[in-house]
Amino acid sequence: MSATEPLVLGIETSCDETGIGIVRGRTLLSNTIASSMDEHARYGGVVPEVAARAHLEALQPAIEAALAEAQVRLADIDAVAVTSGPGLAGALMVGVGAAKALAVALDKPLYAVNHLVGHIAADLLDADAEPLEYPTIALLVSGGHTSLLLVRDLTSDVELLGETVDDAAGEAFDKIARILGLPYPGGPEIDRAAASGSDGLGGTRAGDPNAIRFPRGLSRASDLAEHRYDFSFSGLKTAVARWVEQQDAAGQPVSTADVAASFREAVVDVLVTKALAACADYGVPRLLLGGGVIANRRLREVALERAEAAGVTVRIPPLSLCTDNGAMIAALASELIMAGRTPSTMAFGADSTLPITDIQVAGEAG
Amino acid sequence: MILGIDTSVGTAVAVVEADGVVLAEASSANPLGHAEVIGDLLQTVLGTARADAPLGHAGAGTPGERPAITAIAAGMGPGPFTGLRVGIAAARTFALGRGVPVIPVVSHDAAALGILLDQALLGETDAEPGRFAIVTDARRREFAYTVYEGMDDDGLPIRVTEPALTPRDEIDTVLAGFGAERRDTTAVSAAMVALVAARALAAGREVGPRDALYLRSPDVTLPAGPKKVGV
Ligand SMILES: [Zn+2]
Repeated sequence: MSATEPLVLGIETSCDETGIGIVRGRTLLSNTIASSMDEHARYGGVVPEVAARAHLEALQPAIEAALAEAQVRLADIDAVAVTSGPGLAGALMVGVGAAKALAVALDKPLYAVNHLVGHIAADLLDADAEPLEYPTIALLVSGGHTSLLLVRDLTSDVELLGETVDDAAGEAFDKIARILGLPYPGGPEIDRAAASGSDGLGGTRAGDPNAIRFPRGLSRASDLAEHRYDFSFSGLKTAVARWVEQQDAAGQPVSTADVAASFREAVVDVLVTKALAACADYGVPRLLLGGGVIANRRLREVALERAEAAGVTVRIPPLSLCTDNGAMIAALASELIMAGRTPSTMAFGADSTLPITDIQVAGEAG
Repeated sequence: MILGIDTSVGTAVAVVEADGVVLAEASSANPLGHAEVIGDLLQTVLGTARADAPLGHAGAGTPGERPAITAIAAGMGPGPFTGLRVGIAAARTFALGRGVPVIPVVSHDAAALGILLDQALLGETDAEPGRFAIVTDARRREFAYTVYEGMDDDGLPIRVTEPALTPRDEIDTVLAGFGAERRDTTAVSAAMVALVAARALAAGREVGPRDALYLRSPDVTLPAGPKKVGV
């Protein structure tokens, strides 16, 4: 196996995207994604059994498509990588079973890795960016997770500073979209409504992000002592629902545009505030953003604006690498190989709550 | 050589010759943990088959280095979904890795073939071929069952019914209706899965479904319009 530029195939099935990625060292050769998002739309959220069934059907065609795009053969692959967790257990198991059998069939080493650390590794595949500098604070926001990390070294030292204590930020967007009668997934719909939604009087206009002051979860002085870097979105969800119901009950017009813009502002505010607080507290002038919710334009805008004011440099991988994908899993394994790590032993399973400190599962330092 | 994989009950893998000779077999009876054990089990049977098999078989394998697996037999269920998928996923990627086809097999067919071969060995062939039903756990207070009667000319068990689900407390009534003897099954042999595939291949028949035998829709409740939360 090439220890300098290993050819790695990565399999990611932790949520609703079947991701197959192929990298050579830090060069992206294919980022193939089959999403079951459309199948979940009618349920208003990801249904684990629907996702797991879709993974099983998508795997083989996705691997074939990735190989064709990368113009490599399976026999050329140096190693197989797979997400062991965190994520939906039944969905993860499809990928783990597939990856193990593929590695045994090819007689190649297997690397079981952490999905969240994979989101950070995605940044390495950005050919146009300067190399990632350590340490960096990382904010990962998606429908499945909201985590704030201190990354001292991608392959050996990642610390969890805080995470959501209830809903993930992406889930909050989905739930508020439902309250407002908007379709799934909620993120782009809330954006659309905030840009040009109902004014409540029969017309449309841009929403006012300051129209309604929704609560910022875990941001009071009393919360900050214990939950300085943690997030909570369930109180915000309840506040939005209550506000809409009270307006309805009082016969007052509800401007979807204002609710969407004000809700989004509350989420973005708390995400950016806590991330920049971590940068300041740890004296780290670097912030890496990752996860599917980074596609939210307003979040990127506010993060860039306030980071600049705070003297913090922001890195955002290409959006196609921010959503869940197999390339980031392959990229992380590639780093582990280049750092001399031995492969994972075969006995690992799917771990839906895999801690961030387990960057690689069932492997020993080489 | 055919590699059989079944995770419809426990986790079972086996390598058999096309004529049915079992070269290697390994399994775990644990009804959970399929993803944990499947890699080690695969390595075990391939290692054993490598040691025992004549080298230099035709096929995708490199002569002398690894057993020349020519097809993968995949148990498609019925069985609890989460575990069942692990084996099917493994069968499909193993096949992709070796450039060989997947032969889908109804897991109950494998269990039925095992019973029929046992009967033949015990010299019961002269007796009236009895109807029997393979019955496996389907969770949620249900059983999965398939009724069989004898073997056809290709040596494959004859299905009287397709696999179906029934509430546990109704199984005996249902089987009485078919006149079938109940055969509770708590393990499916991967060697029998491979043998069903070998016989189907020899006869040029497709006997298993392309997709997993779930027999049950993913149970989700549709949200009824905008959801009201809070006070
Ligand atoms: Zn993710």
